[in-house]
Amino acid sequence: MEERFARHYVLKEIGEEGQKKLLSSKVLLVGAGGLGSAAALYLAAAGVGTLGIADPDEVELANLQRQIIHDTERLGKNKALSAKESILKLNPEIHVNAYPFRLTTENISKMIEEYDFILDCVDSFGSKFLINDACVLARKPFCHAGVVRFSGQVMTYAPGRGPCLRCMLGNVPQKGEYPLCKTAGVLGAAVGVIGCLQAAEAIKYLVGAGELLTGRVFRIDLLSMRSSTASFEKADPDCPVCGKEGFSLKEHREEYGE
Amino acid sequence: MVKINGELLPLEGKKLTDYLKEHHFSVSLIAVEVNGSILPKSSYDDFRFSEGDVVEIVSFVGGG
Ligand SMILES: [Zn+2]
Repeated sequence: MEERFARHYVLKEIGEEGQKKLLSSKVLLVGAGGLGSAAALYLAAAGVGTLGIADPDEVELANLQRQIIHDTERLGKNKALSAKESILKLNPEIHVNAYPFRLTTENISKMIEEYDFILDCVDSFGSKFLINDACVLARKPFCHAGVVRFSGQVMTYAPGRGPCLRCMLGNVPQKGEYPLCKTAGVLGAAVGVIGCLQAAEAIKYLVGAGELLTGRVFRIDLLSMRSSTASFEKADPDCPVCGKEGFSLKEHREEYGE
Repeated sequence: MVKINGELLPLEGKKLTDYLKEHHFSVSLIAVEVNGSILPKSSYDDFRFSEGDVVEIVSFVGGG
């Protein structure tokens, strides 16, 4: 037994068995921004054996108010590579694949193939729908999240266990239709809370504990400290991606903002 | 009465789109479930609440 995971061993929902599962699991984080920072550090600390982290951007000073996996010395460095460095400092025993490029309709399906669970830590709805559609097509479970100002939402998708993001929203919200962190602002701690919830969903899925946010949307507002969980149990039978055959990622390039 | 997000409201006969407007919901950022099924966006314009409807409305934000 590894001393590092002592507090997991005493949790009956994880225990030695669960820890073994975590150590042999692979989680892909798409985005090493605010959500990805929190989620990646907790997944690394929890001993998820392989973490993939994808981000094409470089660390900027305005990121450091919330993207706590990066630091001042890494300004200008690619975020996936910076995240890898921090993760390995925290837990050198795990394996990290850094992908310093953007996931697109060309490469996403191949990328998610080798992972057990995927986290949507990106900032635009275009990219969120690309992750949704690719995961649904590949029958991969993933955890969606979004956050702006003081509030955000989390929802988990697993094949056959409830709706996907496209069932819920229909078409991809276009830039200009929704507030961005850059212009509307975001509290670092709010992104941290939501990113930690994503990490918890991944861990629960991997060890088979508790109830996932499949068919449910959890929302929290840190200003009012109110939260709610809305149930959306059934997928939309007419959903073009999870309800029907023949959905093609490439035909939806424009929606994803490619 | 109509139950929206757990709250009973006297909305029977009222149009969904009017309710959404009054509560400043942006249609492209929400999901609506009525009596256990997701309401497709194409049905929003014609939908009126009926007595006993159980409705869930949730709005999403982007950002990450
Ligand atoms: Zn769907």
